[in-house]
Amino acid sequence: MKETPLSNCERRFLLRAIEEKKRLDGRQTYDYRNIRISFGTDYGCCIVELGKTRVLGQVSCELVAPKLNRATEGILFFNLELSQMAAPAFEPGRQSDLLVKLNRLLERCLRNSKCIDTESLCVVAGEKVWQIRVDLHLLNHDGNIIDAASIAAIVALCHFRRPDVSVQGDEVTLYTPEERDPVPLSIHHMPICVSFAFFQQGTYLLVDPNEREERVMDGLLVIAMNKHREICTIQSSGGIMLLKDQVLRCSKIAGVKVAEITELIQKALENDQKVRKEGGKFGFAESIANQRITAFKMEKATIDTSDVEEKAEEIIAEAEPPSEVVSKPVLWTPGTAQIGEGVENSWGDLEDSEKEDDDEGGSDEAIILDSVKMDTGIEVSDIGSQDAPIILSDSEEEEMIILEPDKNPKKIRTQTTSVKQEKAPNKKPVKRRKKKRAAN
Amino acid sequence: MEEEMHTDAKIRAETGTGSSPRGPGCSLRHFACEQNLLSRPDGSASFLQGDTSVLAGVYGPSEVKVSKEIFNKATLEVILRPKIGLPGVAEKSRERLIRNTCEAVVLGTLHPRTSITVVLQVVSDAGSGAQLLACCLNAACMALVDAGVPMRALFCGVTCALDSDGTLVLDPTSKQEKEARAVLTFALDNVERKLLMSSTKGLFSDAEGSAPSTNQSLPRSSSSAWL
Repeated sequence: MKETPLSNCERRFLLRAIEEKKRLDGRQTYDYRNIRISFGTDYGCCIVELGKTRVLGQVSCELVAPKLNRATEGILFFNLELSQMAAPAFEPGRQSDLLVKLNRLLERCLRNSKCIDTESLCVVAGEKVWQIRVDLHLLNHDGNIIDAASIAAIVALCHFRRPDVSVQGDEVTLYTPEERDPVPLSIHHMPICVSFAFFQQGTYLLVDPNEREERVMDGLLVIAMNKHREICTIQSSGGIMLLKDQVLRCSKIAGVKVAEITELIQKALENDQKVRKEGGKFGFAESIANQRITAFKMEKATIDTSDVEEKAEEIIAEAEPPSEVVSKPVLWTPGTAQIGEGVENSWGDLEDSEKEDDDEGGSDEAIILDSVKMDTGIEVSDIGSQDAPIILSDSEEEEMIILEPDKNPKKIRTQTTSVKQEKAPNKKPVKRRKKKRAAN
Repeated sequence: MEEEMHTDAKIRAETGTGSSPRGPGCSLRHFACEQNLLSRPDGSASFLQGDTSVLAGVYGPSEVKVSKEIFNKATLEVILRPKIGLPGVAEKSRERLIRNTCEAVVLGTLHPRTSITVVLQVVSDAGSGAQLLACCLNAACMALVDAGVPMRALFCGVTCALDSDGTLVLDPTSKQEKEARAVLTFALDNVERKLLMSSTKGLFSDAEGSAPSTNQSLPRSSSSAWL
């Protein structure tokens, strides 16, 4: 499916809000969304939720022959998949650019930083090594895929247990999980990606952009760091030109954020380990809320209502008194009634404005006035249809004369279709488009 | 509970083998479902049955490619993604089975020239292919309901295993599946309790095969899956 384009007014609104340091979900500039980590029943399986962005990670292992030029090292394989349920625009052929960029960034973050000890994955040098495969699936795209994916990858790797192997001379014994407890991977450090979105040529920055903010951003800076404040990867994309102190500031912020996230990950891993050891229930089934409404709910947001009364009084004082409402309908014929008089065309002089504006303005005006008189009893059809009286020609742009309702009320009754009528207070001919009528 | 039996296939009350003892009537393991958990798809559902868990997302009715459009009804597409590795032939065959089931219940003629896409992601797999198919069917149905796609009935998937001595076990564990003589998966609709789809593996006689669909407790257990 094609990506729904972002409307100009939405773009302007977002940019204006960012200039005023406001975000749509009420976060501050440097705030992350809520991170939630849940584990599955098998080792190495986890789901990470960064706000509404959801990533599933699974680690698996296999004994394979090593690469020829790295005979004593294990193999790491990363695969991030943008599932078609994550966004309607993710179709098999369409997402290659974004997919390649994310996969490459993930590889640089995890493989090149040497966070996993690949030497420890060697079983028999030159013959058998462990191939660790990390599969990440993006389930819901609400912005900042790379952060969620990097957290899911490192959590899954820390959670994973590989089968125990013992080598005695020439004999290699691979133990099943029942025979010997599986062993964890040897992980040196935990690199986590932090994304910074830049707006207005680098003037404003936001941490952890959500999907709307990503659409209007100028560029993205991703810094992968671990809790020891070592930078594993930096990538700046989008063509924004950043100053040195901007990058330094971002790295300081990243340091703080990574420390918080690492703490959260450690706590989640410890909790899961404790539950497994104590024999309690674990897995995704336990993380599902029981007998609780989870859909269509929003988190609490604090609103400052201290000056609401003053503002309300101001608005009331400045507003005009409401116009008198005519509540009595006037019945022209059975099935045609009129309430009120309708209003003047407030779109200004239609003659001079552009064609497209004309189209919208004229038709909208027509709808507002017509709805006053429309009744469900009689079907309103196009004037262009075959049964209608030929008052108006077929040409697309032509000034059409609108009839007064009292001139031919009988015509409405005898005909199977009725003519759209408009009681303009000054009988000014209103330009209409045949196209718009056809839509009605 | 077992009044109408056309063969000597018996429903055995399940005890032990890692799962809690089950009563004779509703012998399904604990299952759970959560709807509307993803914000982007029109409808989404997560279905957990025992140790198998599938997440389904539905988009539709929406724009369809001209090459795939059908003039008088909606084009239904089912995509099943495994957790590890790339999708293969087994996934393709399961997709086809699920698609045929969905096409039988979804009122596609109400939305011609549109596409309804059901995306299934395996979240956890206990290692049994038949159990996975049943879980996928259930997740797909709940997601279609959540998306508001018009359907003529709900449907559900149930797995059962036939023992070497002809005993029928509903919702078998992976161990029971391995030891069974035949494993059968059925999709049933809830309006007429008729069979929509069946996928079987193994050797079983004709009478034994018809027993599950006529047996009362199978539809009754599956109807307990519908909220």
